[in-house]
Amino acid sequence: MSTPASNGPKSAFNTFNLVAGAILVVGLILTVLRFTQGIGPVTNLDDNNPWGIWIGFDLLCGVALAAGGYTTSAACYIFGLKRFHSAVRPAILTAFLGYALVVFALQYDLGRPWRLPYPIFVSQGTTSLLFEVGLCVMLYLTVLFVEFTPAMFEWLGWKKIRKVVVKLTLVLTIFGVVLSTLHQSSLGALYTIAPSKLHPLWYSPYMPLYFFVSSIAAGMSMVIFEGSMSHKKLHRMMDEEYLKHHDGVVFGFGKAAALVLFGYFFIKTMGVAYDNNWHYLVSGYGLLFLTEMLGFVALPCFLYAVGVRDRNLSLIKKASIITVLGIVFNRFNVSMIAFNYHLPAADRYFPSMTEIGISVFIVTLGVVIFRFITTRMPIFFEHPDYKGDH
Amino acid sequence: MLRRTFLGMLGAACVGASLPAGAEAAGKEFKGYPGSKGVLFDATRCIGCRKCEAACNKVNKLPKPEKSFDDLAVLDERRRTDAKTHTVVNKYGTPEHPVFRKSQCNHCLEPACASACFVKAFKKLPNGAVVYDESVCVGCRYCMVACPFEIPTYEYDEPLTPRVMKCDMCAARQDKGQLPGCVAECPKEALVFGEREELILIARERIRRNPDRYVRHIYGEDEMGGTSWMYLSGVPFKEIGMREDLGTKSAPELTAGALAAVPMVAGLWPVLLGGIYAVSKRNAKVADEERKEAVENAIAKASAEAEKTLSDALEKADVANKRQIEVEVKKAVEEALKPVEEEPEGSDEAGNSEKEES
Ligand code: SF4
Ligand code: SF4
Repeated sequence: MSTPASNGPKSAFNTFNLVAGAILVVGLILTVLRFTQGIGPVTNLDDNNPWGIWIGFDLLCGVALAAGGYTTSAACYIFGLKRFHSAVRPAILTAFLGYALVVFALQYDLGRPWRLPYPIFVSQGTTSLLFEVGLCVMLYLTVLFVEFTPAMFEWLGWKKIRKVVVKLTLVLTIFGVVLSTLHQSSLGALYTIAPSKLHPLWYSPYMPLYFFVSSIAAGMSMVIFEGSMSHKKLHRMMDEEYLKHHDGVVFGFGKAAALVLFGYFFIKTMGVAYDNNWHYLVSGYGLLFLTEMLGFVALPCFLYAVGVRDRNLSLIKKASIITVLGIVFNRFNVSMIAFNYHLPAADRYFPSMTEIGISVFIVTLGVVIFRFITTRMPIFFEHPDYKGDH
Repeated sequence: MLRRTFLGMLGAACVGASLPAGAEAAGKEFKGYPGSKGVLFDATRCIGCRKCEAACNKVNKLPKPEKSFDDLAVLDERRRTDAKTHTVVNKYGTPEHPVFRKSQCNHCLEPACASACFVKAFKKLPNGAVVYDESVCVGCRYCMVACPFEIPTYEYDEPLTPRVMKCDMCAARQDKGQLPGCVAECPKEALVFGEREELILIARERIRRNPDRYVRHIYGEDEMGGTSWMYLSGVPFKEIGMREDLGTKSAPELTAGALAAVPMVAGLWPVLLGGIYAVSKRNAKVADEERKEAVENAIAKASAEAEKTLSDALEKADVANKRQIEVEVKKAVEEALKPVEEEPEGSDEAGNSEKEES
């Protein structure tokens, strides 16, 4: 196999580049606005709604959807499911980019972004769950970076250091799973401090567990979803090894995701029963909750199960898309829609165009960097010098 | 098997997340610093004159509002505190029987804002005040998410140095032995400053003396684990915009379970994962060895078989050869003898040669 080092898109002016370029330019303008005018003029945030879409989407969804990194590497290196090997690199790369962008996006939301290292280096508020999130995300970002470096070193041809890093794989993987467990669940735990603000159907002392379990489903679904996307767009970058295992990974994760979603549905139902919140189901919010639970948890769970049984790839891919949307829906519900449910409609939050613009900008940035890296470094293919050397 | 282990672990995580909450709540109850100060607000005495608002604005050197504090028309709107206003008075009830309620930071005994802040920018002082230190604040606004009373506000228009703004119970004035600005200015003694313990006694006494005038509840005595500001009212607190569903758990109690799970996850997870790794590696090794053995056996068996077949074949070939030679010899002898007897028949010869070929 030849190293597809230079067969990127032929012309620089294809549709993708034009659209992405336009978004990036707009994003830069909004960035200037944000940092010269302050948060107030560019967002719909206010004293009642201090957290908007930059937290609800960029942070909560970003972190959940980047969970493919730890789920895949755990499946491969800890659970010893070797057929997941080909999926590890794309997943690690996505996770690394995901987290890097989460931190990047935070810069917009924080009042004094340059103080982001303060909680760790200046004044440690250890009673805060946000402290835990911050610490774990920082450490995990480092872990992901190290896990990603072998691909970079192969691209650069630095053999010795690559070998050292590859030796650390297991330790890094375990460390990554621990850190992910902690911060994925802490994101849910952030909201346990505000029982009076979050609707009872979503509020639960078990929120940390909910967030953790749903992140596993989200991570697996993202690997499937993204794998099939890349399959279409980046097929030329994939080697036989990757392609051979692709379907196996999809079926394996599809099966696991069905189980996880089933468990998630079960513990969520237990949560409602535990607090005896059944009566809320017959209300507007009840409808929202049922939509989430039936449409975005039970349905993909079922589709995954059937898809795996019938060896139906396209059904599994559909299920993965529904699950990904479901995670976004859930995080939106917790952080925005069912949050502050007690406020009168006039005081409720809806994101401004600028806020949405920045979020779109950041996602686009992620896709552009992902393309840049996958069209150059050995992500979907094994570097010829290191064949079978893992 | 792996899947089952995994689900079992999830179960363990579930137990881990739920148990410490109970264990922790029992031993850790903070009822405030002894002798700490507070304020008692009596809604039955408040006349909505906004003198406290004006005083707060003055002592905290906040920007002048658009409409003056004498303008009582603003009482018809529902207002909340903001970055330029640390306290507001709102009007509730009916036009004939208006009830006024002042709101500001309640200075919780165990403040949600302080426990939420990841740089410890908020601190509960022994005198009761909850104060903010802008020199470390990152501006994440989690404190605002956390406060159940919706008190901390933010300087959203400040691009570089936004601060979280709220009442600090005039901590600096207290240090100088002065009353908080609002308390000092209240013409109706709707506000009473004093030791929290004392205030509770005063409040109980008022309720006892005028049971018809008051709702039998001191708001803030237990809400969210107790607050340094407390309230008396003649109408249900819900009707003057105060939530009655906050419960008596303090913010740290609410998050204790999640925090307590951290060391457990950090301690247990690597061990469990390491175990799973060991098992899966051992499985892989066993499977590997078995596979190798099977392959070796197969090869051994195959080669043995091959050998046997070969030698059989050779043997057979040998026998066949011998027999053929014998046959040939016999034939040759027979043929050598034959022509003498049956020379004239040519067809026989053809038949013979055919036999030879086969
Ligand atoms: S009322 Fe809110 S801001 Fe004031 S101390 Fe309590 S949690 Fe903090
Ligand atoms: S906004 Fe400032 S004070 Fe509030 S939690 Fe964040 S760092 Fe702490």
